Amino acid sequence: MIGALRKIGAIGVFFGRILAGIVPALARPRLIVHQVYNAGARSLIIIMLSGLFVGMVLGLQGFDLLQRIGSEDVLGIGIALALLKELGPVMTALLFAGRAGTALASEIGLMRATDQLTAMEMMAVDPVHRIVVPRFLGGVIAVPLLVAIFNVIGLYGAQLIAVQQMGIDAGSFWSQTQGAVKIEDVTEGVIKSLVFGVACSLIAVYEGFHSAPTAAGVGLATTRTVVTSSVLILLLNYLLTAFYL
Amino acid sequence: MRPNRALEIGTGLFILLGFVALVFLTTQLPSSGLKIREAGVYHLTATFENIGDLKEGAPVSMSGVNVGRVAHINYDSKQYKAVVDINVDSGYDKIPDDSDASIQTQGLLGGKYIALTPGGSETYFKDGGRIGFTQSAIVLENLINKLFASIAGKGKDAAEDAAPAKEGVK
Repeated sequence: MIGALRKIGAIGVFFGRILAGIVPALARPRLIVHQVYNAGARSLIIIMLSGLFVGMVLGLQGFDLLQRIGSEDVLGIGIALALLKELGPVMTALLFAGRAGTALASEIGLMRATDQLTAMEMMAVDPVHRIVVPRFLGGVIAVPLLVAIFNVIGLYGAQLIAVQQMGIDAGSFWSQTQGAVKIEDVTEGVIKSLVFGVACSLIAVYEGFHSAPTAAGVGLATTRTVVTSSVLILLLNYLLTAFYL
Repeated sequence: MRPNRALEIGTGLFILLGFVALVFLTTQLPSSGLKIREAGVYHLTATFENIGDLKEGAPVSMSGVNVGRVAHINYDSKQYKAVVDINVDSGYDKIPDDSDASIQTQGLLGGKYIALTPGGSETYFKDGGRIGFTQSAIVLENLINKLFASIAGKGKDAAEDAAPAKEGVK
């Protein structure tokens, strides 16, 4: 119990250090661009593939469900809202934690294990400014963009099944969806994705930065990153949804 | 760090793709979303006795063609009527000013929309125009109640009709 409290406190303090380091880190935009590439652009394939298949399975399952009660024309609404508000942010954040979070944690953990971070401190370079903040910002920038891409590809996949395969009229599919989706639904998803981006990136850099400087320590940090961020994402998702509804 | 062209192009492409997706989601998906150009519409108002479950953002159609959307729905507490503001795309500027607006249902249980039926006037609606002839939403429950009432009524009538007939037989 005390241990958990201490860890939450330590993450909070570390978050404060990162926030304080954001302004100096902006002076080196190339470092941030590099991390946006690592965290975002290199996660594109997995996000797009997952989005496509999630959208397609929603199309199949939604069609099967709605066919039983004879209102297939609301399929688009269900899928769009499910993607925008829940599946898009949550699935993307979970995939991001697995794909990019682990890479961040093990990279920083290995720097810790090979004394690169200590060497930086010796040279009066703050590793939080130089290493941690650009990676954190890269993740925070990447996640909302990945979520938006996931949603669009997911909608396309759902449309593929609903319109091309199941024969729902394309016009009614989109007009029903457009009529029912409100701008608040979209902003809710964007806010969720921002929060998840901060949470995922923070956990990853924290675990990496505070890993034990051994091979086992790096492995443990990577595992902890996935476990902690997954649970945190689902917990935050529940809290945000409860707050919004 | 030495500049890396492929990396920068990849990052730029990713950010561009992300923002295109975001713009699509915020402008194209919701009907009440941020429209890039709102200038291409003109406004009409119509008052209805009962709008059923008409919602903001519902389509406005003429002969089944989507010509605009419901912008706002307000309640006029002086007339005890619903006031519906409609945005009509400015491409459809030849709507006779004696056209009537009725609230219809898409399918049996689908959403409500406003159908405009053109009148015969030579003059057309202008921005801020008011649709004089309106027809309220048909509320399914009221219809069912009326149906049952009329069936019950008919049963009674039939009984009353039958009684004198019997007398006639005597």
